[in-house]
Amino acid sequence: MSGEDVMGTVLAVDDLSWHAGGARIVSDVSFSVAEREFVAVIGPNGAGKTTLFNLISGVLRASGGSVRLDGADITREAPQRRARRGLGRTFQTSSVFASLTVRENVRLAAAARRGSCLRLWRRADSDAGALATADEALERVGLADRAPEVAGSLSHGDKRKLELAILLATDPRVILLDEPMAGLGAADVPALTEVIRSLDRTVLMVEHHMNVLLDLADRVAVMHHGALLAIDAPERIMADPTVRDAYLGEPL
Amino acid sequence: MRGHGMKRWGILLGLVVALALPWLVYPPIALDIAVWALLAISVDLLLGFTGLLSFGHAAFWGTAAYATGLVALHTGAPFPVAVIAGAVTAGLLAAPIGYLSVKRTGIYFAMVTLAFAQMVYFIANQWRSLTGGENGLQGIPRDLFGVDLSDPFYFYYAALPLVLLGVFAAWRIVRSPFGRVLVAIRDNPARARALGYPVERYKLLVFVLSATLAGLAGGLHAVGHGFASMDDVHWTTSGQAVLMVVLGGIGTLWGSVIGAALVVQLEDVLATAGFDGTGIVTGAVFVLVVLLFRRGIWGTAAMWLPRARRLPALSRLARRGPGATPSAPAPEALVKKGA
Ligand SMILES: Nc1ncnc2c1ncn2[C@@H]1O[C@H](COP(=O)(O)OP(=O)(O)OP(=O)(O)O)[C@@H](O)[C@H]1O
Ligand SMILES: [Mg+2]
Repeated sequence: MSGEDVMGTVLAVDDLSWHAGGARIVSDVSFSVAEREFVAVIGPNGAGKTTLFNLISGVLRASGGSVRLDGADITREAPQRRARRGLGRTFQTSSVFASLTVRENVRLAAAARRGSCLRLWRRADSDAGALATADEALERVGLADRAPEVAGSLSHGDKRKLELAILLATDPRVILLDEPMAGLGAADVPALTEVIRSLDRTVLMVEHHMNVLLDLADRVAVMHHGALLAIDAPERIMADPTVRDAYLGEPL
Repeated sequence: MRGHGMKRWGILLGLVVALALPWLVYPPIALDIAVWALLAISVDLLLGFTGLLSFGHAAFWGTAAYATGLVALHTGAPFPVAVIAGAVTAGLLAAPIGYLSVKRTGIYFAMVTLAFAQMVYFIANQWRSLTGGENGLQGIPRDLFGVDLSDPFYFYYAALPLVLLGVFAAWRIVRSPFGRVLVAIRDNPARARALGYPVERYKLLVFVLSATLAGLAGGLHAVGHGFASMDDVHWTTSGQAVLMVVLGGIGTLWGSVIGAALVVQLEDVLATAGFDGTGIVTGAVFVLVVLLFRRGIWGTAAMWLPRARRLPALSRLARRGPGATPSAPAPEALVKKGA
């Protein structure tokens, strides 16, 4: 399935590489993701998962290869252009607007999509549509009661929820989730798993919680030393001897 | 909404002080406070609300001073027209400078803006036929349809509406959706990009707006003093503005006004006392304030005032200085962004 575009392909990565100081951090990765498919990305620490996401979202410029979104080559596009094409992401380390309130964080996300931000002569809290979207997203991740707080003062777990709410408010068609559950208390994992399941979009997710990922994923991609080792159905991946040698044998 | 009444009182108080100023201090000093406050606010728009430390605002203040002077001298236009022409000139100059600067962050942005300002200084010094070189532009008229404004007391009131217009514009900008995006960019540019915000374009736009306000202030200063000189484009003007913002409190707008009032007053007191080490004293005050109040005078007051819970009016004012973001950053938080 990897390589050339097939019907319904939304995201296609072709021979994607990234070098830094002579080291090949990501080398010749190719795969494609179908509409509304859920792909889990696994691999030991330093395998290049975050770098792969940075290449797809435009935070890093590819050294070689290409990224296509809905058939359009976006390899050289700036991150904000990709975002406006409907590509959304979260960051491995919580990435919120620390001095703004929780509600403002999410409102800004909603407003980005609505394009209501070049207004210089209006009050920020006057965009009722964006506020409604924001409140709905906060409700979904269970942060509604924290809305007036300053985002920087949230607990680590709540910041993770806020990240997800920001994502929900932008409503991207293709979503990259980089360890969205990292640092979350065990009590919060089931609820957030349900939020992620309810996304109903094309999703790539890096995750170390095996049960979460086996539950959600249509396919699992295994990265190792910057290369894509295998991409297949979860049960086939679990049974694959190469994968087991390279990855599952190692401690996470 | 709950706090609207209080906010209105705060604004009213500010207006009363602005109107009473020439009675409280020597009128030419009142004008200096007003225009320096506007310059400091324009710097704070970048430093406090976008996380960009401009060390080149003398270029916009000074260019506007010359442009205003030239328009007033050669066309005899009413002074507000000359001042607005100066402000527009500063805004136009800011477009290419901003375009080339906003890709840099932190200390590199400061260095690039300083470099451009030094270029403007050099050009002003060389282009004597236009700027008068060392002599500057002398005898800039302050015409307003034949009204006699030679008395600084009256000129203050003629200039005040333009200053207030500039302050009001800055205040509306930081509270607008655009202003919130600026704060988001200051907090976390990568996140803002990932949401689809064209970060550089936002920075360029606020840079041009800020330069226009700095130009408005510079033009009024030139008309108020009747001359434009090399001092206006000198880097110390940029430094002075940054000093006022840091003294008063970054990211608060009101802090800039307090910082400007403090520095201008202090310099005046020292100058009339015949003391010629003004720089040493303002420098010492600066060091003291920065050491004692990390968030500047207004920023620190805003942090302490909420403890006076019994005074809901004060705590309201403190929590949100008009247009203030929920928490103004400490200076070092902005510099480390350069990484
Ligand atoms: N900017 C960079 N310059 C040089 N090397 C880098 C850079 N960013 C990452 N690396 C290296 O690339 C490798 C892959 O890093 P990456 O963050 O993509 O791994 P990861 O699979 O996300 O790991 P983790 O599970 O720890 O998040 C690591 O060895 C890292 O040290
Ligand atoms: Mg990672």
